[in-house]
Amino acid sequence: MSVEISRHWRLNPQRYRLVGEECPRCGGKIFPPRDVCPYCADNEPQPSFKFSGRGEVFSYTTVHNAPEGYEDQAPYTVALVKLEEGPLVTAQLTDVSSGEVEIGMPVEMVTRKIRVQGDEGLIIYGYKFRPQLQAA
Amino acid sequence: MRDVSIIGIGQTPIGEHWDKSLRQLAYQALAAAMRDAGIERTDALYVGNMLSGEISGQSHLGALVADFAGLHGVEAVKVEAACASASAAFRQAYIGVASGLQDIAIAVGVEKMTDDVGSRVTTGLAGAADADYEVIHGISFVALNALLMRRYMYEYNLTREAFAGFAINAHSNAVHNPNAMFRKPISKEAFMRAPVVADPITLLDASPMADGAAAVVLCPTEQAREFTNNAVRVAGSAVATDTLSLHDRRDPLWLRAAELSAKKAYKQAGVGPQDIDFFELHDAFTVMSALSLEACGFAERGKGTWLAQDGEISLTGRIPITTRGGLKARGHPVGATGLYQIVEAVQQLRGEAGENQVANARFGMTQNIGGSGATIITHIFERIE
Repeated sequence: MSVEISRHWRLNPQRYRLVGEECPRCGGKIFPPRDVCPYCADNEPQPSFKFSGRGEVFSYTTVHNAPEGYEDQAPYTVALVKLEEGPLVTAQLTDVSSGEVEIGMPVEMVTRKIRVQGDEGLIIYGYKFRPQLQAA
Repeated sequence: MRDVSIIGIGQTPIGEHWDKSLRQLAYQALAAAMRDAGIERTDALYVGNMLSGEISGQSHLGALVADFAGLHGVEAVKVEAACASASAAFRQAYIGVASGLQDIAIAVGVEKMTDDVGSRVTTGLAGAADADYEVIHGISFVALNALLMRRYMYEYNLTREAFAGFAINAHSNAVHNPNAMFRKPISKEAFMRAPVVADPITLLDASPMADGAAAVVLCPTEQAREFTNNAVRVAGSAVATDTLSLHDRRDPLWLRAAELSAKKAYKQAGVGPQDIDFFELHDAFTVMSALSLEACGFAERGKGTWLAQDGEISLTGRIPITTRGGLKARGHPVGATGLYQIVEAVQQLRGEAGENQVANARFGMTQNIGGSGATIITHIFERIE
């Protein structure tokens, strides 16, 4: 059995809360965090920036032949989501059937189970996106 | 820097080689290339491979292949750049000879994908993407390409039918390639009703995984005549990178590394897209063919599929592509593919492509893509008059 606790633990702020960065020089919003700003190449320490979790579907597909460890979930829908602050993120869509998804659909982040590593391994939680709920 | 030429080529048929191991496949291609060049020794061996560690539980391929080939003591390393591994190995061999450090160098690409038939192969291929931010979400390599294709169809208002020409052309050209995996033509009707793998990608948009190995021998052009009368020179060689993740590209529908590496290769060779007689591009998925043609200057942005609809990519068209079947029909043993492309380019320039011969070919281009476009390696080859 393999144990990869630290590899996942260190990403908790990103997986649980979509914590990225804001470049102090150009103001660009960065997700996931990087040591060098992808917009202006600034390498000063960058303050954290919490993304709203709102965005829209940029593209999507359904995975039938899943990688090892995801077979039980298949078929599932994965998407590129364009966050309202700018960056694209890769994530699964949830609470929606694949036939209902379309490009441009407004979505919001929720925290869900991403992967279960067998009976004795880790349960990894993180962000997925669902259709934005309308205020009542 | 010395001018460099290819003096020997070798390849195995692509397919499911249940009875052969990784080392046997590599040796078969390597030995064929050495026989073709008439050499018995080399100064260096570069082994291109992506998945041996994940699938066969075998790392350290430089020493393994050198050992099995009886090249005792030779300098040998594995070179890895996902699906672009073989072209990366070729590039190292080219640098070795061009620099003057090595007089003869061999590049061999090998992939043994059928040693595991389960989801581990899918997992291994996904390793070309970002483990922390793409793969963790259960994305497969096919799915990444499906995201690209869906967006491409949306932005340019296309249906799946627009991509049919790429697969039909590849299959048509593979019929006469004895090393190809699928030597059967396909119809447009078959393309349109192919089963979905990851929508909108179907079985006939996607290249098949397989086992195979291909190799070439390089030496300085000024010494090439000592070995052969049909040497092919390396006119341009360039590698470029882009963000590892598809989601980090500000313009996901533009293969920036393809544009960069092609421009560098054109400049070195002193040619432009209009001078290229055929193009072995990386048609792992039909959408990649369109993106590659656009980024390399053969089609305007968003119009890559037009070439496939107008017959411009056929053997007698303006820019013949996948002339021996491409990844789609010749097969895609991932870490070996780049050297199959190069071997096929050499065959064309030697006039040894048989029924698939492109008439009077002088300049041939190959392009090998790692991941969803993060490593792109472009080479231009020239027939020596």
